[in-house]
Amino acid sequence: MSDKISDILICFCPDCVSRGAGKIKELFQTSLIKHNLSNDVNIIETGCMGTCDLGPVLTIYPEGYVYIKIKPEDVEELVTEHFLNNRPVSRLMLPDTFGKSLIKKIDIPFHRKQMKVIMENCGVIDPGNIEEYFATGGYETLAKILLEKSPEELIETLKRSGLRDREGGGFPSWQKWQYVLEAQDDPKYIIVNAEEGDPGVFISRALLESDPHRILEGMITAAFAIGAVQGYIYCRNEYPLAIIRIKRAVEQAREYGMIGENIFNSGFSFDVEIRRGAGSFVAGEETAVISVIEGLRGEPISKPEFPATSGLWKKPTLIHNVETIANLTTIFSKGASWFSSLGTNSSKGTKIFALSGAIRNQGLIEVPFGITLRELVYDFGGGMKPGKNFLAVQLGGPSGGCFTSQHFDIKIDYEFLQEQGITLGSGGVIVLDDSSCLVDLARYFLEFTVTESCGKCLPCRVGLRKMLEILNRITNGEGELEDLNRLESLGSKIKALSLCNFG
Amino acid sequence: MKTLEELRKIRDKAKKEMQLRNSEYRIKVVVGMGTSGIAVGARDVMKAIFDEVTKRKLDHVLVAQTGEKGLSSMEPVIDIIEKDKSIVTYGHLTPENARKIIVEHVVNGRIVSDFVVATKTNLEV
Ligand SMILES: Cc1cc2nc3c(=O)[nH]c(=O)nc-3n(C[C@H](O)[C@H](O)[C@H](O)COP(=O)(O)O)c2cc1C
Repeated sequence: MSDKISDILICFCPDCVSRGAGKIKELFQTSLIKHNLSNDVNIIETGCMGTCDLGPVLTIYPEGYVYIKIKPEDVEELVTEHFLNNRPVSRLMLPDTFGKSLIKKIDIPFHRKQMKVIMENCGVIDPGNIEEYFATGGYETLAKILLEKSPEELIETLKRSGLRDREGGGFPSWQKWQYVLEAQDDPKYIIVNAEEGDPGVFISRALLESDPHRILEGMITAAFAIGAVQGYIYCRNEYPLAIIRIKRAVEQAREYGMIGENIFNSGFSFDVEIRRGAGSFVAGEETAVISVIEGLRGEPISKPEFPATSGLWKKPTLIHNVETIANLTTIFSKGASWFSSLGTNSSKGTKIFALSGAIRNQGLIEVPFGITLRELVYDFGGGMKPGKNFLAVQLGGPSGGCFTSQHFDIKIDYEFLQEQGITLGSGGVIVLDDSSCLVDLARYFLEFTVTESCGKCLPCRVGLRKMLEILNRITNGEGELEDLNRLESLGSKIKALSLCNFG
Repeated sequence: MKTLEELRKIRDKAKKEMQLRNSEYRIKVVVGMGTSGIAVGARDVMKAIFDEVTKRKLDHVLVAQTGEKGLSSMEPVIDIIEKDKSIVTYGHLTPENARKIIVEHVVNGRIVSDFVVATKTNLEV
């Protein structure tokens, strides 16, 4: 499928037709050909737009401008001005809708300007049917890899691609693979982490629900590269539909021999199990995930070694987030250089963001790294909700940070976030308007962390509560200047003295 | 399945079956059935579409389901796919306006622009 750049929707209701819509359409066709635009612009006849007395009416996407009372002599002007010079023709719009007509149709750029790489099948194929995944070329990359590639070659390709972990603070993914491959112990395991505790984020859920076989194919590929015999997908119980779909996908994949013994006669055998756990924020931390799979509580534990050398049942274990895994098949089919051509110097490929808050469009978008806050808020978010003024964007989940319009044009990637002292988290983007108070927001997130702390480490359990008490004082107007120092000192101590990065 | 050839055969067959030009159906209505869609009524929209398609004996219309595209605040979302035409994505649906879209778009061939959230050129139908 390919996108044309624009669509002209011409109203073809009897009224508009009687006012000459047919002629207008023809004139557009000839003019577009004349200006060499016919490959970029689509002409579509539509039903009544409900403004018959203003006909012929047309709407031009992606901008969503509505032009009215179009006469044959206007067509040439529309084509040259609107399409060639990028200047909307306000003369032909309803007098008071210039700019406003954008509002209703603003959803379009949301769709158009994205780059769907790992979400290419999401909302397109039937996730319950492996054959639709086959139809997109699914599992071919896996077959070729199993028959033709060595683990070392795969790790080399991954290294050249520049893929970095999407959840675990942006560690180069190939390095984790290398550690597990080199670990001198058997058996080895792979875990796909589908815990997702950040408020407002549902990227893993959408990927598992909408394209489960992509996750499986990526997982089997990684298992082959590190020599794992068994894999686990850990999913929070709060995602029932994701669990149903991935379970079904595993069954179908087993039926077709994509998992099991001697896959594609390559000598490689691999199996997958789904494990569920009670969702909580800290349960997503990797040692907590490992604990759940071992049958223990979902709490982080103190481990001198990384999972790569001593993970599940103390065996070498590769653990990745769903989104990291979703990139693999694309990298191995399209190649490392294709992948590394997307994004910025420090951050390759695309990232899915979950937009929410005071913007018009909420949802998931996939874009190459290096997107700016301005684009996130205006192009994809569709701008602020009517009557709301921009205050800040919150990035990086509960332990993340806020950015104001001063950061509007900075490109978002791992490097920038590292400079700011935060991690990408899971890709949550919360847009705040000026009716929200940043101290309130901090208090909300602290409340969240207080309830979600597993309570194992004293600094995190008690310290966060103390910080919340101080913030409560401040929001009640009873703050003291010294409170700021107290918060800072508590914050850095909690960070230093807690087991996992949650504290 | 054990060989790449077998896999490619299944791929080509599945691809062919998914293309409208090779099927008895001329129009495909695809309903987004992810959690976001279902939470705001995609199941009822799906039921209404089924009902309308059955009631009107629209044998050339295939109703199918898919996951989510990310258009969460526009859910429930459906795609209407037709040979040689742009794919039209409708959003903010209720069972009532889904029925209206079946009547206007699918039966009468007129796009209901009030609910359009995106259009996309489609080369593979
Ligand atoms: C408090 C805390 C919560 C976490 N929650 C998640 C989570 O919900 N999902 C997830 O994939 N990783 C989470 N992580 C990161 C995991 O520990 C691990 O690094 C990650 O799953 C590895 O995947 P990646 O290599 O694909 O980034 C969390 C880490 C911490 C410290």
